[in-house]
Parts: sequence; structure tokens; C-alpha cells
Amino acid sequence: MNEVKAAPSRTAQSVDMPSAHVEHHHGHPSHVAHHFTDSEQQLDSAKMGMWIFLLTEILLFGGLFCAYTIYRNEHLEMFHSAHKMLNVGMGAFNTVVLITSSLTVALAIRAMQLGKRAQTIWLLAATLACAFIFLVVKYFEYEHKIHLGLLPGKFYHYDGSEGIIVGNNPHIFFSIYFGMTATHGLHVLFGIIAISIVLLQTIKGKFSAAYYTPIELVGLYWHLVDLIWIYLFPLLYLIG
Amino acid sequence: MNIPQTSGAHAQSHITPLNTYLAVGASLLFLTAVTVWVAGFDFGSWNMIVAMVVATIKASLVVLFFMHLLHDNKFFGAILLISLIALTVFIVFTMLDNGSRASINTIQMEEINKKAKIYDGKPATETAPAAAQPKH
Repeated sequence: MNEVKAAPSRTAQSVDMPSAHVEHHHGHPSHVAHHFTDSEQQLDSAKMGMWIFLLTEILLFGGLFCAYTIYRNEHLEMFHSAHKMLNVGMGAFNTVVLITSSLTVALAIRAMQLGKRAQTIWLLAATLACAFIFLVVKYFEYEHKIHLGLLPGKFYHYDGSEGIIVGNNPHIFFSIYFGMTATHGLHVLFGIIAISIVLLQTIKGKFSAAYYTPIELVGLYWHLVDLIWIYLFPLLYLIG
Repeated sequence: MNIPQTSGAHAQSHITPLNTYLAVGASLLFLTAVTVWVAGFDFGSWNMIVAMVVATIKASLVVLFFMHLLHDNKFFGAILLISLIALTVFIVFTMLDNGSRASINTIQMEEINKKAKIYDGKPATETAPAAAQPKH
């Protein structure tokens, strides 16, 4: 423990060692913490942390994908029949919305890299709007399922009014459907919070072409949310 | 590729051209249409493979261009690959286990919870009383 705590101070002391090092420390921009060599290294370290977080996210959703694979194998006919209860139009629309939001957030980061703050602001706002549209569409989908009784586990009470589901235990499909889409939906919700924070910080003028790390990290997270949906959409809505 | 650069501390960072982003976005939308379109055909057991191939092409585009892995530090790509390898081991070994149980397990298709409600897909009002009875 002591060693770890001592490390930053040692880095600070090392300023008086090689001449090249001293020169470098003189030209430090204010946003670079003293234990980083330069802005580039600091950004890379932050990105590495984000990628490791994304790794844990992939494994989190991996568990759900594994559950999907097992139950689909055991109830192939039922999955195929039950998935027809989902609205492909709404799912496809949401896919388009998420892809668009991924593009706008990527362009927002590009705009900040070029120092165009106003452009970043409206591109982040567009991303936020897409995230809201996604959740609104999801709300209407959920509402319809809840109304029909197409619910997980013991809450399932569908009466076959919109087409009969062939095969045993269709409530398993809806457990998987709600489990996966709700976990994804929560990520969209956290994405909205994260994007709002960086949007406010951008408006306050906290970022520049030299420092935009938080937008970059939120962008990486948002692309992952898009990536998960790219797999969820065909698995749930198209294949079943 | 011509790379526009900013001045100052950030000169080394790669900035993807606007057209690249727009082309990738358009490809993703096109591939979404392709996924929906091919789902209309029945390839039998290939349905899953076709859908996953298209999804993986889309995912690669997002990862390489939107998430900048193409020009970014290769270590981030390594982290992503580690997660995907772990995921493959996780799912493949689970499937191997799940798929081979029938050969060693004599008890099959029996509910763990004897009182568990079984839905058979028909209208719940007709089948619920029959299904609710415990199996022996």
C-alpha cells in the first residue's frame, strides 16, 4: 500500500533528473496531471480504463446471450413462434435510431477534435434526442406486451388474442426478452445521464481540441450500447 | 488517407475524415435493411448464422471506425479480443456441456419443481387448470 501511495510523489521528484524531462514538464497544459508524460498518454490511459470497463460490460451481456442460446436450443419451436409477437417495425426503427445516435456522437467528438464547440453541442443534443426516442419506442413496445400479458415467468397470462404461440413455456422467451432488453434499456438510461453531463460541460466550455477525454469516453460507452443492440435486434426480433 | 491535424498538444491523435464517418453510418443503415430483408427468407438452421454474420460486420464497422480501433492504440483492440475470446469459451463450453447431458443423464424432460406451471402455448384459460396439476 505504502509503495503505491508513494509513487506519484516520486514521479514529481524525478523532474530534476534528465534534461529532456524538465523541458517537457515546463510545457505541460493545465489539464494534464503531473504523473503523465503528455496529453496523449493521459488520454490513452483514460481510454484503456474505459476499454477494460467495456470488457466487463461485454461479459455482463455475454451471460444473457449465453442464457438465450441455451433456452433457444431447448425450445427452438417455441422461440420461433413467440418471437413473432415482437414488432419488427419498432425494433428496426430503434436500430436506425441507435445507429444514428452512434454516428452523431462520433461526429461530436470529431467536431471537438477540430475545436468546433458549437457543432459538438448540437451533435451531442441530437445524440440525446435519439436516446430518448429509443426509450419512448421501447416504452410503447413494453406497454403492448404488458397489456397482452406477454410477461416473464409467473406473470405470463397471454390469452392468444393476437395469434397462438406454438410450443411449451413461451413465458421463458419473454423472460429472456425482458431480461435482455431491460438490461440494455438501463444502459441507454445511464447513457442519457452521461451524455447530459458531458453536454453541460461542453456548454460551460470545459473542453477544447486539446482536452475532450470525457466526451471520448462517453462516446466509447455509447457505441457499446449500440453494439449490444446490433446483436439483440436480430436475435430477438428476426430469428427468435 | 489524408489526415487533418490540429495543432498543439494533441497533434498526434488521428481525426477520422467526415466522409468516412458518413460512409460508415450509411453502411450500417444499409446492413440493417439487409438483416431485416434476409430474415424474410428461411434458410433453416442457417438463419442464425446469416443474421450473426451481418451483425458481426456491423459490429466491426462500429468498433473499427466509430470506436477508432483502426487507428488507436492496438492494446485497446487486444482488450476487446480478450473479452470476445472469454465470451466464446464461456458460450461454447456451456453449449458442449448442455448438449452432452442427454448421454449421461437418465432423467430427462422432468421438471425440477413438480408444482411448476407449464404453459403449452394455447390460450391460458383453457389449459391452465390441466397444466397446474403436478406430474407424477
